Amino acid sequence: MSREVDRELNPQRRRFLGAAAGAVAGGAGGVGAAAIGALTAASPERADAAPRTEPVSDRHRWGMFVDTAKCADGCTACVDACDQENGLNLQAKPLGDDKAKWQNQRAVWIRKVKLQDKTSGHVTNLPLMCQHCEHPPCVDVCPTGASFKRADGIVMVDRHTCIGCRYCMMACPYKARSFIHEEVDQKLTRAPRGMGCVESCNLCAHRLDNGQTSTACADACAAEGHHAIVFGDLKDPNSPVRQAMAKQPSRQIREDLELNTGVRYAGV
Amino acid sequence: MTQHHLNAKHQIASAVAVLLGLVALGLAAAAQATGVGDFVVGSSKAAQLENCVEPTEYMRRNHMEVIRHQRDTTVYGGIRSTKHSLAGCVECHVGYDADHKPVDIDGKGQFCAQCHSYAAITLNCFDCHATIPEGEAWNQVTAAAHPGGLLPGVEQQKVPAEPAPAAESETQ
Repeated sequence: MSREVDRELNPQRRRFLGAAAGAVAGGAGGVGAAAIGALTAASPERADAAPRTEPVSDRHRWGMFVDTAKCADGCTACVDACDQENGLNLQAKPLGDDKAKWQNQRAVWIRKVKLQDKTSGHVTNLPLMCQHCEHPPCVDVCPTGASFKRADGIVMVDRHTCIGCRYCMMACPYKARSFIHEEVDQKLTRAPRGMGCVESCNLCAHRLDNGQTSTACADACAAEGHHAIVFGDLKDPNSPVRQAMAKQPSRQIREDLELNTGVRYAGV
Repeated sequence: MTQHHLNAKHQIASAVAVLLGLVALGLAAAAQATGVGDFVVGSSKAAQLENCVEPTEYMRRNHMEVIRHQRDTTVYGGIRSTKHSLAGCVECHVGYDADHKPVDIDGKGQFCAQCHSYAAITLNCFDCHATIPEGEAWNQVTAAAHPGGLLPGVEQQKVPAEPAPAAESETQ
């Protein structure tokens, strides 16, 4: 995977980005500002602090900003926190299954990816999860409409209608989705999970619906002192995520696909 | 003529016998049906309450409809603090063992499983959903503690004028 992503990065564009970041001293880079312009038109108020009583609307668009310079090599705090929050740690290896096979098959919402520039040898670490695209390919291909984008920009799976065909897994350029192959014994109330359905990061939708504006991964990263993941409302110029994005240039992974992702990365 | 008369008599007799048989069957079914309400597990919170979030008779017939409606409210609308919710069912109806540990609600003899097995209806909510209240983001207890409380049930939202079915005197 790391090689795949590395190959996709256009060296010319990378040089241009570097130059742009250098040219705009201290302030918001031209590229970062352009990206934000594409993300938002309105400037609504902050997220409600109380549990939701009205259906989600497009007043908010939830997203994340990842500063790869702050993402530590070998740290898995975000992955572990996600596992805890969404019950992924409750998955059990089927009896008699090969360990390596299980590692490939178990559901994972965040993957730590390590990129190495072949020429310079520079290593970049980053968490890769569902990018919550504005134009999600997984939604385009879903034959039942189970893969959908919620009004607030969260891309998720309605497992009541998912038939487990896995077209979305093939369509996703980020390898963000997992399939549940076996019956699941233990599950959490907030994170239902069952055999034959596809699932992926939902930006801790249960937290957002209860009025919190954080995700387990962002909290864990901050608790470790790295602050590499910043979560917030991309439509609110005063939200932490927009504040962080204003400070340095950020980009989408596979921006050539023009998916307008909700997760942006700095330093890739 | 006599033969014919005898035949008719025989037919009437057999018809009466069939009718009596049907009545007897119906009585037997009615006697069985009175046992439907006995599935609430004694150790569950539900056993202490007068009735469910709706009148008992309504819940018996329509619980699947209200939670199916609620699931779309939650999945697509992100509203979790509704009066009707599967998490709420489990929270209230789950039984506890001697060590005060919750018992899987779809386990043999437990509330959901026992009635569904009586009615011979496959129960597949719990293929995915949690069978004990664990790791809840929202439930009836937190709702009660919250100033806003619960959102009204879907039936009230849709048809506020519709009179609720009369509650039963017995507890669930």
